[in-house]
Amino acid sequence: MPSPGTVHDGKIFRHRLSTRLWHWTNAVTVIVMLMSGLTISNAHPRLYWGQYGANFDAAWLTLPRFPGWATIPTGYNLALARQWHFAFAWVLAFGLLFYLVRSLWNGHFRRDIALSTKEVAPSHLIEDIKQHLRFQFETPGGGYNPLQKIAYSSVLFVLLPGLILTGLTMSPGMNAVLPWLLDIFGGRQSARSIHFLCASGIAIFIVVHLLLVILAGPINEVRSMISGWFKLSGDRA
Amino acid sequence: MILTRRNLLVTASAGLVAGCDRLGETESFRQLLSLGEKGNFAIQRSLQQRTALAPEFDRTQISPIFRANGTRVPAGEAYARHMAEKFVNWRLQVDGLVTRPLSLSPAQLQQMPKRTQITRHDCVEGWSAIGEWTGAPLKLLLDAAGLKPQARYLVFHCADRMGTGEMYYESIDLVDALHPQTILAWALNGKELSVGNGAPVRLRVERQLGYKQAKYVERIEAVADLSTIRGGKGGYWEDGHGYQWYAGI
Repeated sequence: MPSPGTVHDGKIFRHRLSTRLWHWTNAVTVIVMLMSGLTISNAHPRLYWGQYGANFDAAWLTLPRFPGWATIPTGYNLALARQWHFAFAWVLAFGLLFYLVRSLWNGHFRRDIALSTKEVAPSHLIEDIKQHLRFQFETPGGGYNPLQKIAYSSVLFVLLPGLILTGLTMSPGMNAVLPWLLDIFGGRQSARSIHFLCASGIAIFIVVHLLLVILAGPINEVRSMISGWFKLSGDRA
Repeated sequence: MILTRRNLLVTASAGLVAGCDRLGETESFRQLLSLGEKGNFAIQRSLQQRTALAPEFDRTQISPIFRANGTRVPAGEAYARHMAEKFVNWRLQVDGLVTRPLSLSPAQLQQMPKRTQITRHDCVEGWSAIGEWTGAPLKLLLDAAGLKPQARYLVFHCADRMGTGEMYYESIDLVDALHPQTILAWALNGKELSVGNGAPVRLRVERQLGYKQAKYVERIEAVADLSTIRGGKGGYWEDGHGYQWYAGI
């Protein structure tokens, strides 16, 4: 197995096996979670802040009814949607745990995801935004650009852990085990709202991610997430 | 262009959903999926101490209106008569695998030692309401009736008929039955239980979702096994609608 950063025959080895395995497992899992989550949302499409919230209480957001093509299952079946959601929740939680531990261990986060102080300097970020607007996404070293690192960090360290923890907070059984989760999120209905906001963040990430993959060269990008090898553009090959 | 792309997205999604629907209709795949919730039962029970309490709240946190859900008024002459008589002739039976079957009137139940707790009720649909419940700990009734060693579950037979015409029922195991917060509630927020919320007596089992909180309880039956009761899955929603017997999540 080559080490990341190895250049061979105009291609750079970009993604380790652990990253590729987790990426695809997680892609399927997140889609199932989002779509079964929309069925659960349809069961009571009102969001509240605080410990309690039901029909007589003020909702801060009333969601539309999500159509059948966006939900699992297509027809309204809360019991079955819960089965999907809670089965794939295990894959989501333990997949993330595996990937976080593995990436800390093999230096993936330090080398590829961590932002240097230079990268987060406003001038550098503005330059990166301009480059994105010109559809130029590659960095000189073949690594991730700062906006990409910020997006991946948000997903890995904020949105996915947030979803898992707020999910656990909504469980009355877990409230008896870890009551402090309710204090962290400010109550079960707040946790439910935050759960929805994090899921929306993931949905936005997926749309932007897919769009940028298409703009950056879908074949090369998808190949690199399957085989690990990313073809460098002519001038740097 | 935008329309086409949108159509493409809808088509791709529809294909995915159709695939998922077909999987969801397959019994073996459903069995596989249900491992998730079975895993939740196993892990929650191993992490929870038997007597770990559900969070309790203070009076300032009580919902202004406690939403009544499911049956609002049980249909039929028998319940209407009980309502008219203010439930004086209602009897709560405790039978099955017990040495001394009981038959308690609401007044007798209210004379028993009581527990008052301000807890959160969570519907499987997602909403929550906080209320102050007062009632007799189920453990005291079971101690009085004397559970036989073979007894493993308590089945709660209710007086309300659901839309499909079947009587509501639910069940819990001994871990929840003997839990200090498991009570047969006869008051909500300091007032006698309203009809919408289960008068004259409802179960509170605070570490599980709303559909376990059986209303209009007429009979508590101690059994060794749930498979011989009604549809065999331990409750109205479990038998006919695919909901899980363990409702801790």
